[in-house]
Amino acid sequence: MSSMPRLMQGNEACVEGAIAAGMRFYAGYPITPSTEIAELAAEKLPKVGGKFIQMEDEIASMGAVIGASLAGLKAMTATSGPGFSLKQENIGFACLTEVPCVIVNVQRGGPSTGQPTLPAQGDVMQARWGTHGDHPIIVLSPSYVREVFDLTVRAFNLSEKYRVPCILLMDEVVGHLREKVQLPDPSSLKIINRKKPDLSKISNYNPYQDYDGDGIPPMVNFGEGVPYHVTGLIHDITGFPSTKPEVTEYLITRLMRKIYNNIDDIVEYEKHFTEDAETVIVSFGSPARSAIRAVKILRSEGENVGLIRLKTIWPFPRKAFRELPLTVKNIIVAEMNFGQLIETVEAACEGKFNIVGLNKYNGELMSPDEVVAKVREVSKNA
Amino acid sequence: MRKNLEKYYRIDKLPHIWCPGCGNGIITGALVRAIDNLKLDKDKICIVSGIGCSSRAPGYLNFNTLHTTHGRALAFATGIKLARPELKVIVLTGDGDCAAIGGNHFIHACRRNIDITTIVFNNSIYGMTSGQYSPLTPVGAYATTAPYGNIDRNFDLCKLAEAAGATYVARGTVYHVPQLIKYIEKALLHKGFSVVETISTCPTYFGRKNKLGSPVKMMEMLRDNTVSAKAAERMSKEELASKIVIGEFAEINAPEYTEEYMKIIKRAQREE
Repeated sequence: MSSMPRLMQGNEACVEGAIAAGMRFYAGYPITPSTEIAELAAEKLPKVGGKFIQMEDEIASMGAVIGASLAGLKAMTATSGPGFSLKQENIGFACLTEVPCVIVNVQRGGPSTGQPTLPAQGDVMQARWGTHGDHPIIVLSPSYVREVFDLTVRAFNLSEKYRVPCILLMDEVVGHLREKVQLPDPSSLKIINRKKPDLSKISNYNPYQDYDGDGIPPMVNFGEGVPYHVTGLIHDITGFPSTKPEVTEYLITRLMRKIYNNIDDIVEYEKHFTEDAETVIVSFGSPARSAIRAVKILRSEGENVGLIRLKTIWPFPRKAFRELPLTVKNIIVAEMNFGQLIETVEAACEGKFNIVGLNKYNGELMSPDEVVAKVREVSKNA
Repeated sequence: MRKNLEKYYRIDKLPHIWCPGCGNGIITGALVRAIDNLKLDKDKICIVSGIGCSSRAPGYLNFNTLHTTHGRALAFATGIKLARPELKVIVLTGDGDCAAIGGNHFIHACRRNIDITTIVFNNSIYGMTSGQYSPLTPVGAYATTAPYGNIDRNFDLCKLAEAAGATYVARGTVYHVPQLIKYIEKALLHKGFSVVETISTCPTYFGRKNKLGSPVKMMEMLRDNTVSAKAAERMSKEELASKIVIGEFAEINAPEYTEEYMKIIKRAQREE
């Protein structure tokens, strides 16, 4: 039975989605505009037998989440800009040690303390490359409150399936917006749990051996009777440190390939009116809502405008741009930053289109009128 | 090595990386003996470390072991313990790892009184990075980053732990091994956050920089320079100035964090 429709905030939908996905551990630190996620996790988790802890800082929260996940609980933390910066070292630890976990970043204005109460999308590149070294990561970005619920479930599923940290990249508007939401029946949700080894067939379990040939080693939780070693050093299949070139190259290649070989499973995006479009807007998060409105206005006026709304940002859905019809001349990348995703869009388009940025970085939400004006400007100049 | 202790080690990972004369192997051996004496379930033990010489110890120990980021062992350990309270969680850390970069996590773990045993390998220096001063390097000592002598006042880690709320606090040395084993046993049996600071020897960096002589000489210094907590009570501040006080400083019963959280779960579910 799905629940009655009710008015719900994005941050609340995130906690509902997390618990529905099986989250049983949350560690966090208060920071605007994500704090409601911690408050609601503190209230709701013990009701389902889960654990909440407010740690002494953002770094500790990330550490505790990784520890809890290794001990077998699905774990999440939530933060915003400055806290996201602080968590980066331990996010890298989770990437290398392949510990499933979900990190929510409700983006606010930056850099530094920036604008804690105002929306921005300035962490697009930090979400991809915030921690040092070559590493895989999955980043999802919701535009609606109900979608926050769905993508939080998906973040846990992808994280568990691929043993990789998954980042839910929200923005202040989506986090604080209240919308009427009808949550799905929990039994209708597809929930993925981490793959376990068949220990009756494996005599000497190696924690980082690719037993199934899919690049994803099956995982034993701490305390389940198979002691093993986990380290943030480059390691071989036994989990112990190695400086051998072939071991190093194999590990980094496997970590990247387990994500990029499954890109079609991981990326999600929506196309609106792109079939005959001359101009295509690319957007994600809250500005994508303004873009949808703008497309409706312009279509009613006979303009051939379409939209690609990204739900997965990293790995980047290059496919969405390869599929575009020959009618497309212009791409407008609408994002609430000085221009971050546009460079990746340019690379994906391989010089085929005229690519223009629509950038808003003054603390205000991008309005439909601004998108409409940009499309008209670009169409006129084309 | 005694044959019956071999099961606690990953023999194939030896020899270890520590320098000749380093005290870290003695602390690791004391931990293994304490675990053996208490007949703890090996599979239910989880050993967590940070970064540094001390933090390489878990790699040689045959338990669930986790070598984390610099200073953060207690944060990871807190997650493990709260997620799975039936595990016996032990943190191995060093003076830099614990008291500098990990200082905040240390005081807050003490404050929460979460049932984790922390063994601090205090060799008074950053060994892994070859000899910089730490918050436990004595004033006046030399290090590569204190070429004119250290002016940073050092922590008394046991006092810090006690003040922050740790409920079992002791200090031993790598010279007084039977006593160290006893302290670690008591720490492991203690319900709550327990700290055993262990004064270790680093002949390669601390010893060399401070002209302390051979590893044997450094051991003799530990023998000659220590006083028991009881004897220290009768000594003046001046008399204690160059001494290391060893012994037990706190043993208190207080509510333990994961048990308190289980009560929260019961209360939340009752109100549901």
